[in-house]
Amino acid sequence: MVDLRFSIGSLEFKNPVLTASGTFGYGSEFDDFMDVSKLGGIIVKGTTLEPREGNAYPRMAETPSGMLNAVGLQNKGIDYFEKHIYPRISGYDTNVMVNINGNYIEEYVALAERVSRLEKIPAIELNISCPNVKMGGMAFGTNPVSAREVIRAVRAVFPGILIVKLSPNVTDITEFAHIAEEEGADSISLINTLVGMSVDIKKMKPALSAITGGLSGPAIKPVALRMVWQAARAVKIPVIGIGGIMTASDAIEFFLAGASAIQVGTASFIDPQAAVKILQGIEAYLIAGKFSGIDDIIGLINRTV
Amino acid sequence: MPKRIEDFKIVDNQRLNNDLFILELAGSSDLPELKPGQFVQAKVEGSPQTFLRRPFSIHDVDYARNTLKLLVQIAGRGTGVLSGLGKDDYLNLIYPLGNSFSLPGKEEKLLLVGGGCGVAPLLFLGKYLKSNGNSPDILLGFRNRARIIEEAEYAKIGRVYLTTEDGSEGEKGLVTDHPVLSESEYDRIFCCGPDAMMRAVAGYAATRGIECEVSLENLMACGIGACLCCVVATVNGNQCTCIDGPVFNINDLKW
Repeated sequence: MVDLRFSIGSLEFKNPVLTASGTFGYGSEFDDFMDVSKLGGIIVKGTTLEPREGNAYPRMAETPSGMLNAVGLQNKGIDYFEKHIYPRISGYDTNVMVNINGNYIEEYVALAERVSRLEKIPAIELNISCPNVKMGGMAFGTNPVSAREVIRAVRAVFPGILIVKLSPNVTDITEFAHIAEEEGADSISLINTLVGMSVDIKKMKPALSAITGGLSGPAIKPVALRMVWQAARAVKIPVIGIGGIMTASDAIEFFLAGASAIQVGTASFIDPQAAVKILQGIEAYLIAGKFSGIDDIIGLINRTV
Repeated sequence: MPKRIEDFKIVDNQRLNNDLFILELAGSSDLPELKPGQFVQAKVEGSPQTFLRRPFSIHDVDYARNTLKLLVQIAGRGTGVLSGLGKDDYLNLIYPLGNSFSLPGKEEKLLLVGGGCGVAPLLFLGKYLKSNGNSPDILLGFRNRARIIEEAEYAKIGRVYLTTEDGSEGEKGLVTDHPVLSESEYDRIFCCGPDAMMRAVAGYAATRGIECEVSLENLMACGIGACLCCVVATVNGNQCTCIDGPVFNINDLKW
């Protein structure tokens, strides 16, 4: 048996395979395909204080080895989440975390306070990197001053585990990794999607109603891996790697580059069992390599390069 | 009905014309009870450009043979690869997905309206209605005579009315130009086809106060309500075509 456990501060995870916000619904969408409790954790759909309708259709375009989305944080708001979704998902025997978003710092703070009162939600992922909203989101995560302000404000009111989800749409990812660490974040997760676009040449119009969207899938994996490697060398807090992970070998690349855990995102759209298959593959890799646990391979490439 | 992920074996690949073909697929386990209007998400292997699954309505079901059929139009690389599948190849499906058409009362006078490749769910629906004791009229629109498909199959279900855009068969024009729409009184219409056609049929139904359901084919990624990409604006806000649809009552759509 290999030891797959990892922890962020005081919060222990049974394994380092999590699901990325916005790609796994609230978990229950996948109940027919897997035992969700086998995963290390799930990060539910980006949640806001007020309900949001998101952007107009079309919101998605397939691209080479990936896809663009411009959903725009459609969700029913924290009241609905508390009343109708939380009771349904708090029974999972895994860490259920909420990805929180706001237009203003006050909204992030109010939301963090609300989530802090939910006993079965041990962590929040502070989303300062959504590229598909007019206000908030990436606007915070690409400006060092506002990134610091929002992380500081949320940290002040949220006693649980605080993960900050970083945007790749910046010149120097380590700057934002440092800011998160300095402001007391327990972990950082990266990358959110890269801003991109696609044009429909038959209709001679942008493929997305919002014109630009967030690129995900294997197309972004090399960029994600590079940023995770840079961030992991820059900070001491655990780094969660995200970006185009489709298979266990993709995930293992992230661990070797310094990620302490990974999130499976777009892969779940194509194979709803992707996350559990990736978990099994990681375990098999560690057993085959005679490692005692996942810790043995985290950042391994940095010991030789 | 729990959703499954399963490899299906190709039993037959029947080419109907330059663009359209029908795949008959055998399940590796017993088919669950499928409902007309439901769809599958097919994984296209061997085409790196085809990243996401492709949604297809269930065109027909044969429980005795444990097979289902998909009517597919070659629209790009993904469907191009599927057109080349042969006997004993495999296709991975996530199914059954989505809601279904409402089951009407036996006494209701029904009209099925379809156009082009959009006729896909109507054959399964028609057979289902016939077994329920209904005898629906069927109005189908195509570009020209050469594009007409499976007319004989529909004729086994009910009276078939045809339109072609060039008048080479049936009435000339669009389905909404067909005189049967002014000559007959229907209680309910089930429609699937190009967006403009469904909107026109919905307009006709709304003016006459006829119950009408349409099956939408919005672009989607997951098919199971996780990605929120396939939404349609409804009176209840943005809803997912994949789990709240694909069949919608036109009264619920903000068209």
